Amino acid sequence: MKKPLGASQLVAVLLVAGLVLLPLYSQLTGNVFVLTMFTRIVILALAAASLNLIMGYGGMMSFGHAAYLGIGGYAVGMLAQEGIGSGFIQFPVALAASAIYALVIGSLSLRTRGVYFIMITLAFAQMAYYIASGLARYGGDDGLTIYKRSDFAGLINLSNRVQFYYLCLACLLGVVFLIWRIVNSRFGLVVQGLRSNEQRMQAIGFPARRYRLVCFVISGTMCGLAGALLADNTDFVSPAVMYWTRSGDLMVMVILGGMGTLFGPVLGAVVYLLLEELLSEVTEYWALIMGPLLLLIVLFGRGGIMGLLGRSWRD
Amino acid sequence: MTEPLLRVEKLVRRFGGILATDNVSLAVLRGELHAIIGPNGAGKTTLISQLTGHLAPHSGSIFLAGRDISRFPAWRRSALGLARSFQITSLLPDFTAADNVALAAQAHDGHSFRFFADARKERGLREVAEAALDRVGLSDRAQVPVSRLSHGEQRELELAVALASRPQLLLLDEPMAGLGATESARMVKLLSELRREVTIVLVEHDMEAVFALADRISVLVYGRVIASGAPAEIRGNEEVRRAYLGDQHVVTRHG
Repeated sequence: MKKPLGASQLVAVLLVAGLVLLPLYSQLTGNVFVLTMFTRIVILALAAASLNLIMGYGGMMSFGHAAYLGIGGYAVGMLAQEGIGSGFIQFPVALAASAIYALVIGSLSLRTRGVYFIMITLAFAQMAYYIASGLARYGGDDGLTIYKRSDFAGLINLSNRVQFYYLCLACLLGVVFLIWRIVNSRFGLVVQGLRSNEQRMQAIGFPARRYRLVCFVISGTMCGLAGALLADNTDFVSPAVMYWTRSGDLMVMVILGGMGTLFGPVLGAVVYLLLEELLSEVTEYWALIMGPLLLLIVLFGRGGIMGLLGRSWRD
Repeated sequence: MTEPLLRVEKLVRRFGGILATDNVSLAVLRGELHAIIGPNGAGKTTLISQLTGHLAPHSGSIFLAGRDISRFPAWRRSALGLARSFQITSLLPDFTAADNVALAAQAHDGHSFRFFADARKERGLREVAEAALDRVGLSDRAQVPVSRLSHGEQRELELAVALASRPQLLLLDEPMAGLGATESARMVKLLSELRREVTIVLVEHDMEAVFALADRISVLVYGRVIASGAPAEIRGNEEVRRAYLGDQHVVTRHG
């Protein structure tokens, strides 16, 4: 059953092509800033994609996803501070720490539903924020400067802008590929079935909570990767990356792009962060324009930008 | 005497001050179609929900093939071969009919912690789904999303989902609810075929259907079983007439 390429698929293809060719553009025009900006966008797109796995496909509205950005980041920063500069240690530790955090938080918060789940994930992320603020040895409130980026034994040089950008992009595309496989696998169908009708899924024999928990852990681990990359990107990590507004940003990116679509969160991250950048150049009250704009999309474009594209194609 | 497939002993469930299930004891023999009838609010769905594990009883026990399942969660009971259909249709609305059935087959085919292979391309699961859909006459609607199926088709799909798990015991909570005359007739025909393959507990309002299908009938009134026996006995039971069937012509007309 081959279907013709829809508008949303077309946009996804163009998006990926654009991201792959971006360093070329930067090189040709000598515009270094655009590459720096897009490195950050790609990393946050990765975080948004990971949130989409639980929020869009799993129906778990986590309002504490930024915690993983901090955990991944602090894993890199703290190890660097202690003289362990190897990325082969830093990155696995970042992923493992995120996975363990997700396992603990998930097994507690997945006992609740709806608003309570939102509130409890938010509360845990705020706890992580305050714990990080209290780490005097690692900069406390002011954050922790990372003097040397993760060292991958000459395999890849993270201080090289283009190489680092491609590493981030490869991570993003790798994660999107994994999510694509996951949502169509047996596991993915169970998780989406639970979003659709939990009672029915229990009745046909699925233990709901353990499938949700595993999904929650996978998503958190993926976001921990984004956190580690983000720390290397800014050479700095501070409690601010875990603040609840950052979790809110990630949710907005997912909703804006299209929940439960493969490339929606990536598109959402690009659009959201570009708008933020452009509008803040025009006026310092950029949030006044951004707010209503988001409201319009949420009100009239159910399913986000991807949803709008899908609809216009069919009509 | 052999152990019944399902044995319920002194089941009690209260909602506040109301005794919704009042010391209910039942035995469902292997191979029979056991109907549970009773007026609205008699506690039929409450009883079914306790059998499937969606609602916890306050006291009493439930045995499936001799095994005490009273404290098992719904998914474990399903794994032991207990399948249900819901009175108010409860399917996965954003999935296709085939997906709904295939997921039921998947639930009974080992764990689902498989993350990579495309589940919709698994031959085994799809074949079970096709067979179950074919059974209820929905083969040509397999790829239609549930939200676009008619009410009657959704009722049939409920049945296909239950069948796909190859249950020992099928609990059907008003499968005819909201069906038109032709659809009802199809459902009765389907059930009369199924009863030869699987033990069925049928909760139903449609008296004609119940008396046509059931091997035995239990009558539930105000949470209590007031009579249990063959259709002829129930029809002749004075207490049943008074408490439930009330106006006598209902009994005589179908009698």
